[in-house]
Amino acid sequence: MKASGINTPKLIRDLFRYLTTLITAGIAIAWSIPVLWTLVASFRPARDAMTRGNVWFGSALTVENYQRAWSLAPFDRYYVNTIVVVLIILSVQMVTITLAGFAFANYEFMGKKPLFFFILLQMMIPTTALLAPNFATIRILGLYDTRLAIAIPFFGSAFGTLLVRQAFLEVPRDLVDAGTMDGCAWWQLILHVYLPPSVPALIAFGLSSATWHWNNFLWPLVITNSDRSRPLTAGLVRFTQLGEIGARWSLLSAATLMVAAPLFILFLIFQRRFIQSYLHSGLK
Amino acid sequence: MPRTGKRKPFKLAPYVLILPTVFFVALFTAWPVLQSFYQSFFQQRMTVARLREPTFIGLGNYTRLLTDRYFIQVILNTVSYVVGTVPISILLGFLFALLVNRKLKVVSIFRLAFFHPMVMPMVSAATIWLFFFTPEYGLFNSALRFLGYTGPQNWTGNPNLALLSVMIVAIWKNSGFYMIFYLAGLQNVPESVYEAAALDGANAWQVLWRITLPLLRRTTVFVVTIAFIDAFRTVDHVFVLTGGGPSRASSLLLFELWRQRFENQDIGISAAITVIFVLVLLTFTVTNFLISEREGA
Repeated sequence: MKASGINTPKLIRDLFRYLTTLITAGIAIAWSIPVLWTLVASFRPARDAMTRGNVWFGSALTVENYQRAWSLAPFDRYYVNTIVVVLIILSVQMVTITLAGFAFANYEFMGKKPLFFFILLQMMIPTTALLAPNFATIRILGLYDTRLAIAIPFFGSAFGTLLVRQAFLEVPRDLVDAGTMDGCAWWQLILHVYLPPSVPALIAFGLSSATWHWNNFLWPLVITNSDRSRPLTAGLVRFTQLGEIGARWSLLSAATLMVAAPLFILFLIFQRRFIQSYLHSGLK
Repeated sequence: MPRTGKRKPFKLAPYVLILPTVFFVALFTAWPVLQSFYQSFFQQRMTVARLREPTFIGLGNYTRLLTDRYFIQVILNTVSYVVGTVPISILLGFLFALLVNRKLKVVSIFRLAFFHPMVMPMVSAATIWLFFFTPEYGLFNSALRFLGYTGPQNWTGNPNLALLSVMIVAIWKNSGFYMIFYLAGLQNVPESVYEAAALDGANAWQVLWRITLPLLRRTTVFVVTIAFIDAFRTVDHVFVLTGGGPSRASSLLLFELWRQRFENQDIGISAAITVIFVLVLLTFTVTNFLISEREGA
């Protein structure tokens, strides 16, 4: 707390600082216990009783829970599905938001404002809320229980369009005019003038979009019906309901962490990037 | 293809360029809203043979919902959930931001500790907490016992505690997310502002209330918006922890929508809930927009 020590003697100020650190540390530890506990529990033998002593200070460490979880449910399949879905969404979104963002930043045209507001509708009504009618649409399109069905409602992104438009508007008009004078076609303008300075904005959007779709659950749950297309999140919930899992917490812990791990590790490596991207795009 | 940005009379290019986005928004946002609105005036249940074909019943679905004790319960749950999670998560987020807004090495570990739940899927977070709520060895009960509480122990199965356990998971997961917005806001406040306050003899409390909080107004408006929308659209933890039970004690609006559509196969009722849901969200976002416009935020 920056302002804490104003107009107080140094000793009290230092004491206050140490106390703040101590309190912060206490809350931080409490906040981390669930995940730390799960991490340790996932490496404890499944036959051990789940008492606190056994989990924190147990005798043996083992990876058998991970092997067992992997053999009980096709997690490899779930991984592939999640990764494919996220990659499909990201690659299509990058194209659609760049094109739309470019149109809104570079052109004046009839109906520009109403069309922009129409797209923004997607930000006011989350797609998740429309799962019942969208389910019907997917059935009609014949896409039920496919990975494409999980991805397709997110092919257009109001938020991405907004971000790209903003980034493109910051490109100096002189640069655009110079490009036009040189005879650049519209796609050359995008590639050579607009995109290069806007890469950070696109990365920011990409990271938060990837996080959101890696973690998404409800829509994939209703639109998939087999392991052919089921992603990690829906697979995990199915796994927890398997008869043979019961109250095997070390097994559950392993499965839970497997689902969260890849994104978590990426986050640890690129922490600053991720946080920047969340700040950029609070709406995910 | 037109080559210049502005000044030309009519151009096809912008329309072609926005077509993909407009198409997908139309197909998966606008059309489903209209479709739900239409369907909400019809009775149609896939599990009952004679109700398979839609029959027009006017406002029948809405009156049925609003006189249904269970649906009222779901509405009340949703209100409690929003009121119980949004302010607390935001307050905690702000508190965390104050605590970690220091130039200390160890602070980056604290930040990670507060923030890490946000990076994992809600279903993972809820699965982790499932264990903490178990009667026999849940850490949560141990903690309560340590504090001298020996009351009901089966959190997710107890009608009085089920919703609370859902709320606890949401608060644990989201507070750190709101922290990063406040942290960014705090770091934008120039040092000179605090120095001036010190010269004026303001104490820490006054600085917080009179300077820091007003300067973070826009951050708060933004965080409230995302927290509110998230509270409505995330029910993943309900699936994992309680399944909406016992007897809908922890069901939320979106969960009820899912249940009516995919368990009861009731098209008409689920369409009516969708309409109510969309109206709530639109009312909130439009009011929010108008307020921030008026204040020029």
